[in-house]
Amino acid sequence: MNRIDVTFKALRKRKRKALVAFVTYGDPTPKVTERLALEFQNQGVDLLELGFPFSDPIADGPVIQRASLRALKHSVTLKNLFRSVKSLRKKGFLIPVILLSYYNPIFRYGEARFVKEAKENGLDGVVIPDLPIEESSPLLRHGRKRRFHLIFLVAPTSDAKRRRRIVQAAKGFIYYVSVTGTTGIRKHLPKDLTKDVRSLKRMTPFPVCVGFGVSTPEEAHRISRVADGVIVGSAIVRKIEEGMKERGLVERVGRFVSSLKKEVHR
Amino acid sequence: MGPDKEGKFGEFGGVFVPETLMVCLEELEREFQKARRDPSFQKELDRYDRLYAGRPTPLYEAKNLSKRLGGARIFLKREDLCHTGAHKINNTLGQALLAKRMKKRRLIAETGAGQHGVATATVASLLGFDCDIYMGEEDIHRQALNVFRMELLGARVISVKSGSRTLKDAINEALRDWVTNVRSTHYVLGSCVGPHPYPLMVREFQSVIGKETRREILKREGKLPNILLACVGGGSNAIGLFHPFFNDRSVKFIGVEGGGKGLASGHHAATLVTGELGVLHGSKSLLLQDREGQVQSTHSVSAGLDYPGVGPEHAYYQKIKRAQYVSVGDREALEGFGLLARTEGIIPALEPSHAIAYAKKIAPKLSKKSILIVNLSGRGDKDVELVSRIKNKK
Repeated sequence: MNRIDVTFKALRKRKRKALVAFVTYGDPTPKVTERLALEFQNQGVDLLELGFPFSDPIADGPVIQRASLRALKHSVTLKNLFRSVKSLRKKGFLIPVILLSYYNPIFRYGEARFVKEAKENGLDGVVIPDLPIEESSPLLRHGRKRRFHLIFLVAPTSDAKRRRRIVQAAKGFIYYVSVTGTTGIRKHLPKDLTKDVRSLKRMTPFPVCVGFGVSTPEEAHRISRVADGVIVGSAIVRKIEEGMKERGLVERVGRFVSSLKKEVHR
Repeated sequence: MGPDKEGKFGEFGGVFVPETLMVCLEELEREFQKARRDPSFQKELDRYDRLYAGRPTPLYEAKNLSKRLGGARIFLKREDLCHTGAHKINNTLGQALLAKRMKKRRLIAETGAGQHGVATATVASLLGFDCDIYMGEEDIHRQALNVFRMELLGARVISVKSGSRTLKDAINEALRDWVTNVRSTHYVLGSCVGPHPYPLMVREFQSVIGKETRREILKREGKLPNILLACVGGGSNAIGLFHPFFNDRSVKFIGVEGGGKGLASGHHAATLVTGELGVLHGSKSLLLQDREGQVQSTHSVSAGLDYPGVGPEHAYYQKIKRAQYVSVGDREALEGFGLLARTEGIIPALEPSHAIAYAKKIAPKLSKKSILIVNLSGRGDKDVELVSRIKNKK
């Protein structure tokens, strides 16, 4: 069984919600990313979403754009990322790892080879923000063969027809985009978010996790009351950015993640 | 001739965008197909084309230039005489009328050289839209005159400071805006790039160039041209000229890319000549990228050609050998710029100066009976200051 499915099954049994924590691989360095991953596990993060930096991140706001630029300075490659995950697994890193990557690096790597090597090195799934369901059949095919999940996004603008189609192809969980817009920190989330998540949940047995714009422990709490999981990205990346030049970066980001975790499980 | 139902030209094209935009692209395609078949839409567009944009543009035989080069008879399709000074207005008029049908209140656009930004700001003023234009910081410096024109027309010009600070990054930022404001805003993409239906839609609105050219040359010369020549950044002026001749197999198409400081230097924008298959800005096409699939920065003296991608239909034409694509460097393009000014009294934009420079190379090798048509896609006023700076440096 895929680690993602195992994790959600266990959470459901205990009536708990998932905290999905995002970091960009290589920000500020690949070594620090590995240490952050282990710290996240210690602080109770349920799934790790690892972003692969891309030169043209059209779905990302300024915080993750800057993280991508910092990471690209280390010329990180998918191969490096796979190696890092493999070494984390050897160090007792057990939680599911989902890659977030734009399509071109994966297309360039070769979809079959990508799925094979990702799975072999201990990754469990991938989210591709610029790959709609219409263009996803090769990856779905390779993924099915190796139980490697292609996670789909549903947006507030997705109509009923698209939602049905996405839900039918879904694996792992559904990534619900909370706002029409790019990733980033926001003061308020849309009012009809709760209603929309509830109606999506009625359409599918898969867990629904909410991401984009979740930035505070309070908000994480509010969302965890309706969704099966909360995805936090930019707010964590901003903590990394703020503390980059100081000592104790990993511990400080760990404390923030721990505060999120408390609210998600409250 | 494509594209197919998925928006593909062979293996090129398609729709690679965030889920948030999918419904909007579906709606755009539906509305575009409806408008295309609606005589009242066509009539309104035709009226603006004639009475506002100044169409049809002349097909001018450049006898002095032909004589100077010796060889082929060279004709210029005078898109530089369109209102706003370039072919870009053909597309922005079409898309703005479509946006009106879709009840959008706001237009956004990216711009490289500034011509598409000016053309979008112009139709926004004409038809009553709010308008924001994204432009790379580097291009804002290169094309200061066009920035001022856009502001005069009531648009807001937003400086893009991310990445290479040129056209590619302006498109990224426009896409981010669109994802955020998709319900109220239409994104007027300026070239035959991006997700389906943009490459098709831009081709349709730019095909007026090729249709007029074909009609006019047959009327005047009683025969088809031998060669069509156009510069290619994203490729909208080239596709507009080429497409109506697609089935005329005797007519050869040549697209000219920005060779920058030379292909060996790595500082160029010759995507079709040297690029590899990839996905950028919503479609699969050729792309200047590194081994990891990261998009590379480009260089061309001409801001309008300074782009690492290219329209999927051009990639397809190259693959099926319907068109040939070559590159011309900065230095030769500047020579083409001066050559046309001195022989014909026409100052071309730096973009079509690349096509003029290539005409200079091939015209002498052609017979005196052969006809070579160059798409003069824009006028050079915007580049005069830049060229004078380059000349004074020497």
